[in-house]
Amino acid sequence: MTDPATITSSLRRLGRVLHLGGLRRVLAFWRRSIRVRMVVSTVVLTALAVVLVGWILLEQTRSSLLNHRVDATLAEVREEVAEAESGLAAASGIDVDASGQRTDLVEPIIERGLSRGFWVVLAGPVSPNGGRIADGGSEWSPGLDTSSVPASLEDHFQKVDAKNAWTYADIRTGTTRQPQHTPGIAVGSQVTLPANGSTYNLYFLVPLTQEQETLGLITRGLVVAGVILIVLIGAASWLVARRVVNPIRLARQTAERLAAGRLEERMLVTGEDDLARLAVSFNQMANNLQNQIRQLENLSRVQRRFTSDVSHELRTPLTTVRMASDVLHDARSRFDPTTARAAELLQTELDRFETLLVDLLEISRFDAGAAALDIDDVDLADVAARVGESVAPVAARRGVRVVMHTPGRPCLAEADVRRVERILRNLITNAIDHAVGPRTDPAADAPVAIDVYVDADSHAAAVAVRDHGVGLAPGEAAMVFNRFWRSDPARNRASGGTGLGLSIALEDARLHGGWLQAWGRPGEGAQFRLTLPRRIGAPLRHSPLPLVPADAIDHAERVARATEAMP
Amino acid sequence: MSHTVDPTTTRGNVLVVDDDAPLSEMLAIVLRQEGFDSRLVARGDEALDAFHDYKPDVVLLDLMLPGMDGIEVCKQIRQESGVPIVMLTAKGDTVDVVVGLESGADDYVVKPFKPKELIARIRARVRRFDGSSSEQLTIGDLAIDVAGHQVSRDGRPIALTPLEFDLLVCLARKPHQVFSREVLLEQVWGYRHAADTRLVNVHVQRLRSKVEHDPENPEVVVTVRGVGYKAGPV
Repeated sequence: MTDPATITSSLRRLGRVLHLGGLRRVLAFWRRSIRVRMVVSTVVLTALAVVLVGWILLEQTRSSLLNHRVDATLAEVREEVAEAESGLAAASGIDVDASGQRTDLVEPIIERGLSRGFWVVLAGPVSPNGGRIADGGSEWSPGLDTSSVPASLEDHFQKVDAKNAWTYADIRTGTTRQPQHTPGIAVGSQVTLPANGSTYNLYFLVPLTQEQETLGLITRGLVVAGVILIVLIGAASWLVARRVVNPIRLARQTAERLAAGRLEERMLVTGEDDLARLAVSFNQMANNLQNQIRQLENLSRVQRRFTSDVSHELRTPLTTVRMASDVLHDARSRFDPTTARAAELLQTELDRFETLLVDLLEISRFDAGAAALDIDDVDLADVAARVGESVAPVAARRGVRVVMHTPGRPCLAEADVRRVERILRNLITNAIDHAVGPRTDPAADAPVAIDVYVDADSHAAAVAVRDHGVGLAPGEAAMVFNRFWRSDPARNRASGGTGLGLSIALEDARLHGGWLQAWGRPGEGAQFRLTLPRRIGAPLRHSPLPLVPADAIDHAERVARATEAMP
Repeated sequence: MSHTVDPTTTRGNVLVVDDDAPLSEMLAIVLRQEGFDSRLVARGDEALDAFHDYKPDVVLLDLMLPGMDGIEVCKQIRQESGVPIVMLTAKGDTVDVVVGLESGADDYVVKPFKPKELIARIRARVRRFDGSSSEQLTIGDLAIDVAGHQVSRDGRPIALTPLEFDLLVCLARKPHQVFSREVLLEQVWGYRHAADTRLVNVHVQRLRSKVEHDPENPEVVVTVRGVGYKAGPV
């Protein structure tokens, strides 16, 4: 015997295996394949219908077969009894011995039963004291176990003048060692012996072997027919499913190819049914998509072409004007004061015009998707130092000091060094423009500081530029990157910035798959943080530098603590 | 047409190849102010004849030219001479610049340029490396005669443009030092804050194609990843 615990554990193991491997795969297959679902559900429904119909059919056949048999048996019994009674009536004058008469009555019936295949029991006489088979005095066909007569039937015949009755019975024959069971019906009838006028019960036990065989035959036939039907319907539904699913599958494949950029892919249209109409609509959709995309592509090409043309056409005359202005500017000492001033204005405004043009062309190049990266390993600390150095004279003129905070090791990222430099120059000049805040006194001797932090880790490098100027109002941090956005429209444009610098910086950062974010609080200055992935194309998850500067957090905490301390 | 300066005081001859007449004229004016003699050519297919006739010290070359493409003019001049070529380009796009440099130009300026910037670059190209010393240098298996402007391998001379020669000499003079691209720009091109390190990349490639046994596996000019270049082991 196997230990029940072992069985349980092995069952559990089996369940796990089924659950992990087979079941999951089967479930996945079920979820994914319309065809399997269609076929399986059709087969299951058909099987249910077949079982139901078969059961009804069998029941009907069985009851009609039995009824027929019972009717026939009852008629036979009536005939037998009538014959026996008439025999007895004829012999009543000669022999008045009751037991003789009983024997005369039952012997021929037993004889006929043996030849025609039924068993007979004669019990009685019916009296208040007895009349059951077990009370003795009964006669029966040889080999029959008299307990085959159901007790309910015997109960029915415990009184005189009971009507004929029948019931199902399990007919037991053979020896006690080898009992034979035959399903059948038991029919009871009463006869009155003329000798003593007492009533006897006569039970006929008729086997239903033939009917059972017939029923078995019909059942087998039904099962075979049902199985064939289910298989045929399964096959038919598989074929139908294939006809329906195949076009859908084709549509899916075509859609995938379209999505992959093969815009000329179309579905094959055959016939005029719903599937063909699906193909037609699908192709129509693909046509529209293709046209739209072509149009957009053309537009983009035209835009790029236009950018390039404008670039060339504007730049050449601008160069000439620029040189002419330089010549005039250099010679202004020989002009009268008004003309000299005009030459100066021409020069400075030309500078502004040029910067604006360069920025505009850069933006339109981004818009046209024509901007390309020239990738190299770039040390951000190095670039930041270089930019800091190059803007130092401008900063000094405005009383600003650029302070570098580098970790003392290379902060490498794969990037386009020209673009990174441009981003940093934009951020630092922007910080210089906004470094002087309301709380700082521009006339003070100590210069205002701008902090540039650089840091890197294994998968990102970052630069943060912090100023301590007016800061940003809530919600402005998102708007600073908008084109031509200014925090205060009326404010003096001291630096002559174009208003495109931060937008270009943002586009440059995006081109690298990097981040450019702004933080600011009114009166506390602002911080701009650039984060670039160490490897180009790698997704960014975090930055080595915080967006909100540490001193700002401290300040906020101080404020919070002060608020708490207040009663 | 030619804007002549007194030959005794001229700092050099500049051939200007540009189809925009006002720009060319303005360039001539500025160049004359700075003491350069210049000749103007408006068509690409006339540039080579003018080059032969005028024998300039520097060529200013526009990229978009009627008759013949600026790139093509550049290639043809390079085939017969190492004279410094500065491209005038209206496009700052990487591809155009790189194509121009690869076709043989030494340097480029993007329109609209500041006149002083252009003059500085022309001066840098005209002012040559100090070659008065009769130095003999070696780099890899190459022998460099600095005074004679000659580079040779096993006695066979290798033709280099003056810029490529200067680049090689710069590396060879300090064989153990790694030069960053910025340092090379300053020492060879003579720029202080010029940011475009692509100049260095392209010219190192061109130099390698002439002096290396296998330009794919350089032994003379070695790349130090993330830093710059240095002379290969002797």
